[in-house]
Amino acid sequence: MGQIQLKQVTKSFGDVQVIPPLDLTIQDGEFTVFVGPSGCGKSTLLRLIAGLEDITTGHIEIDGQDATDVVPAKRGLAMVFQSYALYPHMSVRKNIAFPLRMAKLDQAEITKRVERAASVLNLTDYLDRRPGQLSGGQRQRVAIGRAIVRDPAAFLFDEPLSNLDAALRVGMRLEISELHKRLETTMVYVTHDQVEAMTMADKIVVLQAGVIEQVGTPLELYHTPQNTFVAGFIGSPKMNLMTGEEAAKHNAHTIGVRPEHIDVVESGGQWQGTVGVAEHLGSDTFFHIHNTGLAETMTVRAIGDVNLKHGDTIHMTPRVSEIHRFGADGLRIE
Amino acid sequence: MSRTVTTQRKMITTAAAWTIGLVIFFPIYWTILTSFKTEAQAINDPPLFFAFDWTLENYALVQERSDYMKFLWNSVIIAGGSTILGILVAIPAAWSMAFVPSRRTKDILLWMLSTKMLPAVGVLYPISLIFVEFNLLDTRGGLVVVLMLINLPIIVWMLYTYFKEIPGEILEAARMDGATLKEEILYVLTPMAIPGIASTILLNFILAWNEAFWTLNLTAANAAPLTAFIASYSSPEGLFFAKLSAASTMAITPILILGWFSQKQLVRGLTFGAVK
Repeated sequence: MGQIQLKQVTKSFGDVQVIPPLDLTIQDGEFTVFVGPSGCGKSTLLRLIAGLEDITTGHIEIDGQDATDVVPAKRGLAMVFQSYALYPHMSVRKNIAFPLRMAKLDQAEITKRVERAASVLNLTDYLDRRPGQLSGGQRQRVAIGRAIVRDPAAFLFDEPLSNLDAALRVGMRLEISELHKRLETTMVYVTHDQVEAMTMADKIVVLQAGVIEQVGTPLELYHTPQNTFVAGFIGSPKMNLMTGEEAAKHNAHTIGVRPEHIDVVESGGQWQGTVGVAEHLGSDTFFHIHNTGLAETMTVRAIGDVNLKHGDTIHMTPRVSEIHRFGADGLRIE
Repeated sequence: MSRTVTTQRKMITTAAAWTIGLVIFFPIYWTILTSFKTEAQAINDPPLFFAFDWTLENYALVQERSDYMKFLWNSVIIAGGSTILGILVAIPAAWSMAFVPSRRTKDILLWMLSTKMLPAVGVLYPISLIFVEFNLLDTRGGLVVVLMLINLPIIVWMLYTYFKEIPGEILEAARMDGATLKEEILYVLTPMAIPGIASTILLNFILAWNEAFWTLNLTAANAAPLTAFIASYSSPEGLFFAKLSAASTMAITPILILGWFSQKQLVRGLTFGAVK
């Protein structure tokens, strides 16, 4: 079991309130991702759940029990840190065994659980090495091993992949998702990378300046962003947001169209502009377009290899059904 | 552009280094040398460097007149005891300053260090009175406590700087792994800070070993350490340079040997964190 509830939680550092009153429920077994730009309070929120920071006001409940004043060690949560935070003076075996030793389990049980965690994470051959002798990916796996051995109520991940190179990151992303499917334990995952959020999450919590902008499944956020912030943050490349005359045509203050929802046409498109940088990925081509009169730069995705060069004029037509409309307050208009 | 070092320049720097080294070493050398002279030769003018009758009689006389082993044992207990006690008090103190600092932490650190600027004689009277009141005069226990307090600011400062090098996330990880505060300090912080703690212990042991003001003023016979042993030979009965030198040599030998064997550890500890 691992349901986590935040009730009217606030956090202030001195006179600065970084988290205004916030309510959130994380269901048992759910993979929840906190995402937002740096400084949005997502890591602080995770540390409040972990108990590494004291909340200023409000309550935290874990499995219906008030955990507000419970020390981190007694909350039954496991955490994986950005820096891995392995114990450098202990072997991999001892690192993974540490939480079990602290729980005063007997040696036979500890050995059994460590071996099992090591085999799950392909670390069996490295058990007697020190963390300093491992690669980044292996260290990350040791950190995860240390978290899974004691069957915690929930896992907390604080940007665990940001120190890995791009290829490893994709691999570890899949491994963590696999782990979640297998363990079915609650996971709370903090990242600034919206691709990680989209690919891994059951539920995404988008944060900005300590405020929850929207909570939903990845596709809910993609298809119905509740405000311009979420619209601009979720999706890669970013949604094109336009104000002014073009928005007024749709009875909105701001309209947004994702790059993949604009079709490049030979001629006579609804919009046109000058091609700036073209990014050829093979399967797709992203054009950054200037002089459209709509926004400073627009991004458009064309399927396949479209032969337009820097300075060429491009014609585009947005798919009307995929246009998102927002009011002057930034909120979505249905 | 590479620096060209001429042979001449090399020779000059080498000579300069040797000169400075010898000047620093000379008093120790002279003390050891004098300890092997007779009293008459010790005050001979011009000073005798080599041409004298080497003798061990000073050592024999010193050992006869006073029990070296008793002083040595007192020194070991006082220096060792105050160091261990100091470390036990300083580790939690440095932990809280390094990992849960408050707005006043820097002030407290500075204030602690500032107590080292106070002339010791300024508190001699009150401390003597306290010692009289609690029957601590001439006891090893009393000296252990006083020397611990005298050196505590330095121990806390040194440990604080070493602890600052340890990433707080590792201690947080221990907390998440279910470690109590005691277990966190015992199993995670202390083993990681071993080089720093070791050099702190060494330095503090040496400081306590050499401490002369309090050990001379608060002891008489029972708890007197080697500093008192040396001082007893600068006696009002006359000049006994050779015996004084023999006593000094006997007093500094243990700490010199300790320093010699631990110099690698000391240097490593004092430059801890400079190179990761």
